[in-house]
Amino acid sequence: MSSDINIKITDRLGVTHSIEAPTDMALNLMEIVRMYELAPEGTIGICGGMAMCASCQCYVQSAHELPEKSDDEEAMLSEAFHVKSNSRLGCQIQIKPEMEGLEVELAPED
Amino acid sequence: MIKSDILIIGAGPTGLFTVFEAGLLKLKCHLIDALSQPGGQCSEIYPKKPIYDIPAYPEILAGDLTKKLLEQSKQFEPGFTLGERAETIEKQADDSFIVTTNKGTKHQAPVVAIAGGLGSFEPRKPVLENISDFEDNGVAYMIKDPEVYRNKRVVIAGGGDSALDWSIFLSDVASEVTLIHRRTEFRGALDSVEKVQDLKNKGKINLITPAEVTALFGHHKLESIEVTKSGETPQRIDTDAFIPLFGLSPKLGPIANWGLEIEKNAIKVNNALDYQTIIPGIFAIGDVNTYPGKLKLILCGFHEATLMCQAAYKIINPGKRLVLKYTTVSGIDGFDGTRKEAPKSVVKSID
Repeated sequence: MSSDINIKITDRLGVTHSIEAPTDMALNLMEIVRMYELAPEGTIGICGGMAMCASCQCYVQSAHELPEKSDDEEAMLSEAFHVKSNSRLGCQIQIKPEMEGLEVELAPED
Repeated sequence: MIKSDILIIGAGPTGLFTVFEAGLLKLKCHLIDALSQPGGQCSEIYPKKPIYDIPAYPEILAGDLTKKLLEQSKQFEPGFTLGERAETIEKQADDSFIVTTNKGTKHQAPVVAIAGGLGSFEPRKPVLENISDFEDNGVAYMIKDPEVYRNKRVVIAGGGDSALDWSIFLSDVASEVTLIHRRTEFRGALDSVEKVQDLKNKGKINLITPAEVTALFGHHKLESIEVTKSGETPQRIDTDAFIPLFGLSPKLGPIANWGLEIEKNAIKVNNALDYQTIIPGIFAIGDVNTYPGKLKLILCGFHEATLMCQAAYKIINPGKRLVLKYTTVSGIDGFDGTRKEAPKSVVKSID
């Protein structure tokens, strides 16, 4: 499908998965991880995607320019653990065509 | 020993609605929840957030949903064991179960309904190498009895409501309160933020931001912490207590060891019939269960609770027949003696 983009997600065991992510289904990165079951259910997206837990924290490894963090995301990341300068909450990143080639790694579970 | 017909583990929306459906069948419920208030995630994590897919509510706040569910089941007088986590389950010779909490409270019922959502909420612990050495020796993840901190030096870390509220409260109890947060902005009720600002200005709270606790020191008990302000050299602060308040995260916990079939961090149930687990008499309903096609939605939990209660009735009243009654037709007889019923439509004869 032409609306899919290719992204690489490294799971918590260090395995990198090359996957196709649809851009026309209003999905975010956390939902993509769940869709492909790259992290066990119950360990990711615990709050459902409200930026109220950090279970979908990931490290953005490619140089893509992503939308700026909202106050909610910023606040949650300030209380999360294992935070790095490239940390983002997957649930706050909507999959868009310009993210073709995105590479992220899932942060450890709390 | 607390006895009931159905013992419900988890007082979230599914557990609370079970009380109502069980009540219609004259079954009495008792609920256990690790949190200190009913409502589960709806009350604890997102009370002020709207939900749009509760049938007949175009929009309802999660906290209001909890209130409505409590009101709906009130006349069936549910019992609550709050702030305690269901720890062990033992099957008795009469096929009933005894569930004991982490505080030793015992509950007995012929039917157990696990409505535990994603599990019990446990405090999130910061990643500090030796933190476990000081647990109960200066480090605490929740405050049970604030008197413990009277005239002590206390360091609190975190940026949410509980960090703010406890800093305010302890500023009157402890000899010294230090609040450390990784940002200068706090996420909490505006008046709490303002109160902390005021107490900081009065010198009653020592506020260190943006900063992080980076090490703990002490022999047997906590004696000091190292705090690092971004871009500065770390400083040591002597303290009697360190209380990291970084919110809660759910863990399936001891239920995982109850001999049930677990898949994807959830309990496998028979969805063709009644949401029973592989142990007869133990059911799993709501987000805690899994079966082919499972959707973790509150409205699905309500449906599962309703079917489960029918099966529970048959276990509790063997051989008795059960016929579906409509509340509009039959009304509701509460265990508290109240009766709700539709008003009679014939008012007066016309001569």
